[in-house]
Amino acid sequence: MSAHFLQVQNLSKRFVNKNQPPLTVFENVSFNIAKGEFVCIIGHSGCGKSTIMNTLSGLDIPTEGTVIMDGKEVKGPSLDRGIVFQNYSLLPWLSALDNVRFGVKARWPEWSKQKVLQHSLEYLELVGLKGAENRKPSQLSGGMRQRVSIARAFATQPKLLLLDEPFGALDALTRGVIQDELVKICSKTNQTVFMITHDVDEAILLADRILLMSNGPNAVIAESVVVDIPKPRQRGDIIKHPGYYELRNHLVDFLVNRSSMEHYRGQKGIVSSNPIKSIPNPLKAQAIPA
Amino acid sequence: MLNMKQKAIVVSLLFLTLVLGFWEAYSQPPKAQEALSEYELLMGGADQEARIPPPSAIVVKAFEELSDPFYDKGPNDKGIGIQLAYSISRVLSGYFLAALIAIPVGFVIGMSPLMYRALNPYIQLLRPISPLAWMPLALFVIKDSETSAIFVIFICSIWPMLINTAFGVAGVRRDWINVARTHELSPLRTAFTVILPAAAPTILTGMRISIGIAWLVIVAAEMLVGGTGIGYYVWNEWNNLDLTSVIFSILMIGLVGMLLDLVLNAAARLVQYQE
Repeated sequence: MSAHFLQVQNLSKRFVNKNQPPLTVFENVSFNIAKGEFVCIIGHSGCGKSTIMNTLSGLDIPTEGTVIMDGKEVKGPSLDRGIVFQNYSLLPWLSALDNVRFGVKARWPEWSKQKVLQHSLEYLELVGLKGAENRKPSQLSGGMRQRVSIARAFATQPKLLLLDEPFGALDALTRGVIQDELVKICSKTNQTVFMITHDVDEAILLADRILLMSNGPNAVIAESVVVDIPKPRQRGDIIKHPGYYELRNHLVDFLVNRSSMEHYRGQKGIVSSNPIKSIPNPLKAQAIPA
Repeated sequence: MLNMKQKAIVVSLLFLTLVLGFWEAYSQPPKAQEALSEYELLMGGADQEARIPPPSAIVVKAFEELSDPFYDKGPNDKGIGIQLAYSISRVLSGYFLAALIAIPVGFVIGMSPLMYRALNPYIQLLRPISPLAWMPLALFVIKDSETSAIFVIFICSIWPMLINTAFGVAGVRRDWINVARTHELSPLRTAFTVILPAAAPTILTGMRISIGIAWLVIVAAEMLVGGTGIGYYVWNEWNNLDLTSVIFSILMIGLVGMLLDLVLNAAARLVQYQE
């Protein structure tokens, strides 16, 4: 059960246009996520990361393949899968508190008003927004809005939390602060998380495992890299870990040199995973320009 | 120094004084050269030419009318308050009836591209028809002038509300719909808790346009159907050759129209949100 909490099997997405060969965004995408695991996915724009995430959430339907969570096939959106969107997706006519309350009320319609309020306030406090409950999203900074969005997702206590580049639009300082909060909340709640990111350091800080996607079209999951730096991690400490730079260089090298390599195309399953040392020598000569 | 607002008030009052001053000065009857004959006295002075009454006469008239706005001395002599009340009640009944239909139908058109395509040709065809063109047909079918006037208000105020509702609903951001979907909201709850508040500013804009049009149309409609109402009052005073009352009622029409718009504006501000 715990080994295969989420199973993604042979996912692919194709767009068929008249008079044109079908465009395959990604194909043969298969991976598992264990309960309590934090998995990040990294890849260049256009490789279909967001589509994969939308498929996991049930908002999008794959051309082929299935997603099974907790033994049940994902067929549509569900409160079991909470999402934090890149653009926050708060309802602008509701206050911060009401946005969280919106989620809580949807999750537990039978709860009393008082209980809903208490629960919502608790989660707003968890993300450090005490005192800003009654402000509308337009009166909050980008970082605070993303906190509300995270509070809304966590407050519904989903089995799987999906984060779509949640910190992409934030400045580096704010990003750091909210990342630290996310580390804290996740370790406290043992939340299972699937997250899209562009930021290698963010992935190393947060993830148990990092999936690397090759470039689209015909993108595949090229590698799965286990981050074996012990948790809980501190931003300042992880860079001192002996494996940190090797890991980081490996990821950056993938994004810069290997992600566009032809030999991933049509590959079934994941080519390689940890230990890092076992990854085949990257054949730089074969790299084709992106 | 005066701030912008105070300056605007000063300039505004200056214009008013200028316009009223000229109006007052040029609408005085010429002085009679000799004593008026009995006939001339009976005809209201020596002037052979009818003149627009001066503002001072209108102020006197306004004071007179507004000090007792609800008197009722038979079908041909009712206070301005009663006439306005008739008109407002007709406008509001036609208007709310239109809202009752336009907003749900607009919702359906906005949500369903199929319904939009199916109904759009009819909307485009019916919308440009002058509401008064419906009047004969309405009188024939409904056989009641009062209800026909309400129907004319209904038909003229339905289009802006319908089109704006459809437009607002269709334009609700995909992200917000996705929020509703990921929270497993039923279609009905999605409509009420996400789409309605999201589209509310656009819907209110349509409602504001509609109330303006309805108020424009009621005057003309009441001139046609007669009996009661501010439109009838204007026409009746014209038939009585009482231009002072005509001008006074024109001003009252403007005033009430402005108040209706202010109310809708306040309502619009309540549902406004900032992205």
